[in-house]
Amino acid sequence: MDISRKEIMPLVTLTSARTEKFKTSCLGVTFCVQLDKKDASKNALLPKVLMRGCAGHPDMESMSAAMDELYGAKILPLVRSKGEVQCVGLFADFADDAYVPGNERILERVISLVGEILLCPATKAGLLNSDYVESEREKHADQIRSIISDKQKYALLRLKELMCAGEAFAVDSLGNVEDTLKITPISLTKHYRKLLETARIEIFYCGSADSGRVEAALLDAFSALPRPEKEVCPPGTDVRTESGPVRYFTESLDVGQGKLALGFRLGKIMLEPDLAAILVFNAVYGGSVTSKLFLNVREKLSLCYYAGSRIERHKGLMFVASGIDIEKYDEALAEILRQLELCRQGDIGEKEFSNAKKSVVNELRSMMDSQRQLEDFYLGQAVESLEFSPEMLAALSSEVTVEQAVAVAKSVSLDSVYFLTGKGRSA
Amino acid sequence: MEFRKYEKLNEQVSICTLPNGLAIYVIPKRGYYKSAAVFAANYGGSDMKFRLSGEWHDTPAGVAHFLEHKMFDMEGGENALTLLSANGASPNAFTSSGMTAYHFESTENFEENLRILLQFVSRPYFTEESVAKEQGIIGQEIRMTEDDPEFAVYQNLMKSLYAENPIRISVAGTVDSIAKITAQTLYYCHEAFYNPSNMVLCVAGDVDALRVEAIAREILPSEKKETAERDYGQKEKPVPASSLTVVKMEVAVPLFMAGVKLDAPAAGPERQRLELLMDFALNVLAGKSSPLYARLYAEGLINSTFSCGTTFFPGGAAAVFGGESRDPAAVCAAVIEEAASFANGGPRTELFDRLKKASLGDEIRSFNSLYGMCVRQSAGHFAGFDPFVSMDHIAGFTMKDVSEAILGSLRPENLAVSVVRPVKGES
Repeated sequence: MDISRKEIMPLVTLTSARTEKFKTSCLGVTFCVQLDKKDASKNALLPKVLMRGCAGHPDMESMSAAMDELYGAKILPLVRSKGEVQCVGLFADFADDAYVPGNERILERVISLVGEILLCPATKAGLLNSDYVESEREKHADQIRSIISDKQKYALLRLKELMCAGEAFAVDSLGNVEDTLKITPISLTKHYRKLLETARIEIFYCGSADSGRVEAALLDAFSALPRPEKEVCPPGTDVRTESGPVRYFTESLDVGQGKLALGFRLGKIMLEPDLAAILVFNAVYGGSVTSKLFLNVREKLSLCYYAGSRIERHKGLMFVASGIDIEKYDEALAEILRQLELCRQGDIGEKEFSNAKKSVVNELRSMMDSQRQLEDFYLGQAVESLEFSPEMLAALSSEVTVEQAVAVAKSVSLDSVYFLTGKGRSA
Repeated sequence: MEFRKYEKLNEQVSICTLPNGLAIYVIPKRGYYKSAAVFAANYGGSDMKFRLSGEWHDTPAGVAHFLEHKMFDMEGGENALTLLSANGASPNAFTSSGMTAYHFESTENFEENLRILLQFVSRPYFTEESVAKEQGIIGQEIRMTEDDPEFAVYQNLMKSLYAENPIRISVAGTVDSIAKITAQTLYYCHEAFYNPSNMVLCVAGDVDALRVEAIAREILPSEKKETAERDYGQKEKPVPASSLTVVKMEVAVPLFMAGVKLDAPAAGPERQRLELLMDFALNVLAGKSSPLYARLYAEGLINSTFSCGTTFFPGGAAAVFGGESRDPAAVCAAVIEEAASFANGGPRTELFDRLKKASLGDEIRSFNSLYGMCVRQSAGHFAGFDPFVSMDHIAGFTMKDVSEAILGSLRPENLAVSVVRPVKGES
């Protein structure tokens, strides 16, 4: 796979991954902005409104028809955060020319449609179509409200909000219901124009076309994009290495299973983060099926169906999530913390350590087989201005020593514990 | 060994059947870092009542899934999850109503991983102690799914539709039903269903088909054994057992799923055609680019969670639609009314033509994932069909086929509806 990066317009960078192994191509166009409560809801709503209609395809049916005609191309709004950088845009996924009847060149047509959706929205009196804004606003608010349906996700969201209160990271990438409901066609149109004029744009392509062809198609489709002279304030993440006394939060809902979520700060190692060592430590502790959490909290003590840890590399956090019997709160919490203590003491077997490294290496190399994961990985790299590939990170991970992983474990500190319990019971 | 080539898709498959009855499919894929293997038994949650050596057996709900968990324990105290992971693979397993599949993807040591997979699935090792411990873990898994509204809305629909078919009962069983499972139950069911003639092995990646065959011959038992005969209850009438089920859960927006039973052939190309035709017809009726979808979406009756499709399981099949809605009854009425309008043919030719075009992209997409291809091939093997010829079936559909499929199934008297309402607020 040939991977190249190039700034094709001011603050518009194309990462192009050329390969013929997939039968589809993908194109991600992402606006990267500072995550901020004031704008998050507007940013998240915007791509959904844009998807409702553009000048050439002014309503949902004609928009769907256009995608059907492109042999079932899928163009979807996509909203994420990378640390405290909110990333909003469109993700297109479409058949590669080689598999289209007559090898018709559809890449240019898809890129042109994506450009039209982003730059020529359906308008009414110079504003984004008010019917679309209002309809999507209500649906967006419902989407945020519905996070509660997934209790595991909800518990992690609440933990993040409570633990990082006062930090931008507490703001969810979807925004919040209250701010969403205040959005009007005027406020969203203004915000949309500002975004086009100022935001850094990351474009990712993966497919059989060479980067020159992709660039030419993009320059054509985005020729009307207004661009700043230079970036005023590049988005970034405020990493806090210190945590105070541990905070405990308990909330209740009508559920049968409790959700225990722990938030940690990675600490001083974030001053000069060694990502490979962080990933390997995570695999030892709770990020793999050979990890201490999986083998002890689940398998040995059968305290839960799942218990795992994951890293937020940009903000320097680690989250542990687990679904437990409500009565077993104390026991599960103690065991989760005891396993971390064992990591800190260097109580890691040779086999255990090599298993953890293998799982990290396998996961990183597997990423090269998924367009979606590649797009997400390179977006994360772009946000941090990092260049290395998943393969290079895999190679570094296989070199990590026990001492390096233990150093990560020692730097990690518990910040907050969140427990979602059943009604009428307490922890 | 037989070779099948699919020119348009640029795919090929090597197929063979061993003397012990095991079917092996090898799909060569170049350029991928990973290889994938799925080893599956034609045995799932629905296979509770069966006859072996002339004798009928009634087993508790949840045995197939319980067995899936316990198969990873190997004699001598080793665990296959750990072994595979330590060897650079990502292993996992799933149980559906009709199939239990064990699988891994790995970026190195493929042959050794394949050996481990075949060994642990074919050599059961259970103790009363390990079974008791698993009751704790699976008990938590069941609690977790019981709190999941999407699971509830589906399971309640199946309960409403069917009076007898075991699809009424959750694949994992209940905390009470799994308490009845002993090591003896597990050994017996393994004996009844995990014989090679009732199993399939599918591999995709840069692998040698002859090596895969040789390894399977070496590790698996060589004799062919009797496979149990199953009973899924009487063939049921089209009318549902009950027409409406409503429960309250912790959700923000009501969730519904509605459906009708389909008269499905047991196995073979006719079943495949029906599945593809029904999916296609439902897309014409209420898919994302249908006029009905656009209208319901604009009226705020549905949001982007709305979808329609089919579900096929042992002894039956259903056409279903659903999502979040504040007025499920209005959505159901609109769908039924739209279905009735297919009697007049209607101006849907344009939509029909472009959906055929769009189905190309959807089909092609499914050939990007090695694991996904193996799962489709496994399911296809058990259902007696070839997943690589879906496009040929779709190409042959006419608007008349679509109209007949809709009119023949979506009748108001046959519709069952399942709703999950919020605990608080709206009623």
